[in-house]
Amino acid sequence: MSEVKQLNVVQAINQALHDAMAADPKVLVLGEEVGDKQEGGVMGVTKGLSTAFGERVRSTPISEQAIIGAAIGASLGGYRPVAEIMLMNFIAVPMDMITNHAAKLRFMSGGQTNVPIVIRTMTGVGFSTGGQHSDYLEAWFAHTAGIKVVAPSNPDDAYGLMRAAIEDDDPVLFIENLPTYWTPGPVSFQKVKLGQAKVALEGTDATVVAHSRMVVEALAAAKTLATEGISLEVVDLRTISPWDRATVLASAAKTGRAVVVHEAVKQFGIGAEIAAVIGEELWGKLKAPVQRLGGAFAPVPFSRPLEAAFAPTAADIAAAVRKAVTA
Amino acid sequence: MRNQPPLSLHIPAPHARPGEKPDFSYLTFPEPGAARRPHILTPEAEMRDMPYSLIRVLAEDGRAIGPWAPHVAPETLRRGLRAMMLTRFFDDRMFAAHHQGKTSFYMKSTGEEATAAAPSLALLPGDMCFPTYRMVSFLMARDYPLANLVNQIFSNAADPMRGRQLPLLYSARDYGFYSLAGNVGSRFGHAVGWAMASAYKNDDKIAMAFVGDGTTAEGNFHEAMVFASVYHAPVILCVTNNQWAISSYQGIAGGEETTFAARGIGYGLPGLRVDGNDFLAVYAATQWAAERARANHGATLIEFVTYRVAGHSTNDDPSRYRPSDEARAWPLGDPIERLKAHLIALGEWSEAQHEALARALHEEVRAAAKAGEALGTLGQNPPPKREMFEHVFKTPDWRNLEQRRECEVAP
Repeated sequence: MSEVKQLNVVQAINQALHDAMAADPKVLVLGEEVGDKQEGGVMGVTKGLSTAFGERVRSTPISEQAIIGAAIGASLGGYRPVAEIMLMNFIAVPMDMITNHAAKLRFMSGGQTNVPIVIRTMTGVGFSTGGQHSDYLEAWFAHTAGIKVVAPSNPDDAYGLMRAAIEDDDPVLFIENLPTYWTPGPVSFQKVKLGQAKVALEGTDATVVAHSRMVVEALAAAKTLATEGISLEVVDLRTISPWDRATVLASAAKTGRAVVVHEAVKQFGIGAEIAAVIGEELWGKLKAPVQRLGGAFAPVPFSRPLEAAFAPTAADIAAAVRKAVTA
Repeated sequence: MRNQPPLSLHIPAPHARPGEKPDFSYLTFPEPGAARRPHILTPEAEMRDMPYSLIRVLAEDGRAIGPWAPHVAPETLRRGLRAMMLTRFFDDRMFAAHHQGKTSFYMKSTGEEATAAAPSLALLPGDMCFPTYRMVSFLMARDYPLANLVNQIFSNAADPMRGRQLPLLYSARDYGFYSLAGNVGSRFGHAVGWAMASAYKNDDKIAMAFVGDGTTAEGNFHEAMVFASVYHAPVILCVTNNQWAISSYQGIAGGEETTFAARGIGYGLPGLRVDGNDFLAVYAATQWAAERARANHGATLIEFVTYRVAGHSTNDDPSRYRPSDEARAWPLGDPIERLKAHLIALGEWSEAQHEALARALHEEVRAAAKAGEALGTLGQNPPPKREMFEHVFKTPDWRNLEQRRECEVAP
């Protein structure tokens, strides 16, 4: 497909799964409620797939360890399973399968075995789903060697990264943001290479490094700042592990100011790693200290006003950038 | 006011502790040949006596009796005997090597050799075994090169796992032997997924997975059973009940109240309880479950009742938690002696042949150990440092490459 279409993230991922399954008979989809008889996923991301591809789409029991275990086993049998763990917090259940097995089998088998699986999961604050259904846990996996971590911020990248993740020969965790699922955007149906960030907005005064929904907040902050004469550059990581150090450093070197933003809890979040590397590599060249913005060091609260205060907002980002510019 | 005693808990305890007389009275066995053999297509609901029975084929006098006596070529039986004997010689040599500081860790399979050697020969080419760490006899029965085992155990530069995995956590995919891990239970899930993939391909290959009695307490065991049951996955799920999970006796995992084979009943899976020291019974049960799986009648849970003669590992001293003569009191005998007696009863083997084979295997193990020692034992001629940076991902990314540079390792 070379034409560009307006799709939302749900439609883009759905199309990516559809196209991947059509292109490769070894691509399978499994997870709770993913079949059409179960309404094609709780948010409809897998809608139509079981009708089009029959047995290759499998609604499963509520057994997260067995879902990932079966995906690993099927990958050993030559398949490329896309396993859904409905909400990111539920990923705590199959952690052994993911971090001890999927991520390590290639290494620990002396290279005999690899695990080309994709684990799809959704999360994010904004829907009052509480502390056991809203967390961003990307740091757990970015801290584990052997698994890649991807988190798109828009429909075009959602499509392209999903296609690339399915074709990747290593396990990939694919994080989808729930509140921005229905935000439309142009989709060009091109695969997006893993490990490459994108400069979502070019600017000259400061760099914001973000992923997933925080890119949307950063772009909104950039609009406000533009009215104040501050030119913001926004780097969308797209892939968190391996993150695109070259693009981030080039941008931070250019603007001389960096703010790293994520929805996950700030403490020990991936922002700490990125900020540290920027500091190590650009020591003496920055015009202001690198700042980090992240979620509160607390479980995500249920109550709407409390939840709204949990994660960084466009206003928080704009304030941090102003601080950097006036430092 | 209550007229009952206060609430209290039951804590399972072994029947005999060090210094006491071994006591296996908790295990009651039917005679060899007594267990019925249902047709492979029998519905599970009509086989619910099987988990409480015990499939035994070999009688005291070495004859194979009853409906489970399999038709096995004497040559196959000799291969099985050879694999079990080789395993025992190999275990003894490597255990001794640990005492000599040539390896950091070892685990023996002593007493349990039939539970892996017989399935190795009963499965068909292309089937996949998801093993535990006490199943090297599976590889021995398939003539896996001893050099690969020795070099991994000695952790030298020829280690096929390249210094990344513990001694004896082998990977031999080409031999139908999936990568071992010490994180117990996970292989049940992988086996079910592999079996489901085989069915997706409309293939005829099946999976066979093993856990120990202790691991039946893991969530992975139960989740995999749910999947196997729901999808009728072509997989044989096995519990090797060797009575001991390190120092916890099998009652701690729930074996006191029921049998591990009976865990299948709650999932609607046939449960077979099998004399694990009876090579023919293990072979026959494996074949039964394999035929059922290949006929699209789904998974079977098999409990192999056996006894872990050695300690859990070189880090374990069983004399601290069980009578030192408990192994001698084990009522189901030695799998090697029993198969040997059977072959002799068939007129297919003799004491002289046995002794000659023992000498040959002893020499084979000695030669393999010597060859491994020449390449290097623990700490000598280790795998190169660059192995740390390869196979983390298919293609090393900047993180691997940068750390490799920091370690001053040439690409």
